[in-house]
Amino acid sequence: MKRTPALAIYAVGAFLFLHLPLLILSIFSFNSSRFTVWQGFSLRWYAAAIKDTQLTESAVNSLIIATVATLVSTVLGTLCAYGLWKRTSRPLAGSLYLSLVTPEIVTGISLLAFYQWIFRFLRVQLGMHTVILAHISFSIAYVVIVVIARLRTVDATLEEAALDLGANEWQAFRYVTLPAILPGVVAAALLAFTVSFDDYVITSLVAGVDSETLPMVIYAIARRGVNPVVNAISALIVIGFGSLVVISERLRSA
Amino acid sequence: MNRLRAWFLAPTWTVVITLFLAPLAIILGYSFLTRGVYGGITSPWTLESYQRLVDPIYLAILWRSFWVAGASTALCLLLGFPLALFISRAGRHKNFYLGLVMLPFWTSFLVRTYAWMFLLRDTGLLNTLLQKLGVIHSPLPLLYNDGAVILGLVYGYLPFTVLPLYATLERLDRTLLEAAADLGAKPWAALARVTIPLSAPGIRAGAILVFIPCLGAYLTPDLLGGGKSVMIGNLIQNQFTTARDWPFGSAVSLVLMAIVMVLLFAIARGEGESLL
Repeated sequence: MKRTPALAIYAVGAFLFLHLPLLILSIFSFNSSRFTVWQGFSLRWYAAAIKDTQLTESAVNSLIIATVATLVSTVLGTLCAYGLWKRTSRPLAGSLYLSLVTPEIVTGISLLAFYQWIFRFLRVQLGMHTVILAHISFSIAYVVIVVIARLRTVDATLEEAALDLGANEWQAFRYVTLPAILPGVVAAALLAFTVSFDDYVITSLVAGVDSETLPMVIYAIARRGVNPVVNAISALIVIGFGSLVVISERLRSA
Repeated sequence: MNRLRAWFLAPTWTVVITLFLAPLAIILGYSFLTRGVYGGITSPWTLESYQRLVDPIYLAILWRSFWVAGASTALCLLLGFPLALFISRAGRHKNFYLGLVMLPFWTSFLVRTYAWMFLLRDTGLLNTLLQKLGVIHSPLPLLYNDGAVILGLVYGYLPFTVLPLYATLERLDRTLLEAAADLGAKPWAALARVTIPLSAPGIRAGAILVFIPCLGAYLTPDLLGGGKSVMIGNLIQNQFTTARDWPFGSAVSLVLMAIVMVLLFAIARGEGESLL
């Protein structure tokens, strides 16, 4: 291919465009100055981030919410994907697909309206539970899609063989198909965790006073302007999610 | 399997009905009701919220959303196509390059948007650098305009175009290009008359995957547009918080959903394939 050198140069530029902003942001999280001029290496913004109780409390909230939502949506989504594997259900698949393409702001305000309506009958308020339910709801479709993709690579006759050899339906799922799709299930869980941990738009609408999440705190600071403490947290998030995705890729290709 | 299947689907059905379909049904109902004196919802049933949408103020917001989403989609395709072409020809390094494209997508969308605030603001890296170099004397207004919003959206959704474009380019029959070359086509002609027409499904899929989230974007216009570049998403959020006009906010949401669904059906009919 004659065009390859030009294409390769272009690709380098495109990769720089994709990665340089996050790299620069991370580098400047180690800057000792508050301003965007490099003055020397320092960990002061990381120290400031750890001392900030609002940040640490919201980070703990985010971890709790993402962990619970991931566990529930992974289990339910995997079962659902398995149920849809050999015979799909158009209404369910269509609804899940619709939930994926629904703009987050619409999902958020409709959940808010729904909760407020329910609260007329129940004595509850917005809080961690409403956030967790919202996160389960929007992450389940991601899990179903990832697990179904993995199921499509599985040989369905293996399960039939297990049934012929006397396994019941649950045993065939538990001991034959589930082990085969496990890497896909783990990858789905990581994806669910990422989308849950990162969500701002839906969460901010359905969160109560006691359930502020890390993205909500970052957003509030970012709206006031740039703050090196946010650079430090951002760098941690980039590194954390970066390692998660590398692990997930390893598992997916396993 | 047949006996267990219902049990496997039941929990997800429950979640989808109670936490997705029922909430949508509620805002559908609200959109036909009237705003109460203190911001609540009251009777009578009316079409007023939908009629208000034709107000020039709201039509302008709708138009801006289409314009910003359209420009972002076009830029994503333009920037993504050569990158996808490069990756599809990269031999055994393909997966590594695909990983490089997807990596920023996996890190927080909020952090990626914040990174551009850090680079573009008045005392940000770009302005500081340009001033140090003596290129400019006062900071350029890079942030808080439509351009910054489009940049943020392109940065956020570029991976969404590269993946489907790569998928079609990968499957492209390379012998067709050899045939074109044998018949005397210059590389550019082969690109314009063979490669691009044959990657139409990937272009369509990439366009829709970017246009839909851009049209309903909330976070990017809010942070990078600074409230000056209001899009549909911000209008909806405002009606549910500050303005406390839930019927109108519901009506705008449903119009947005309707646009999204029309776009999806238009694409799905052409492709005849579904994600699930």
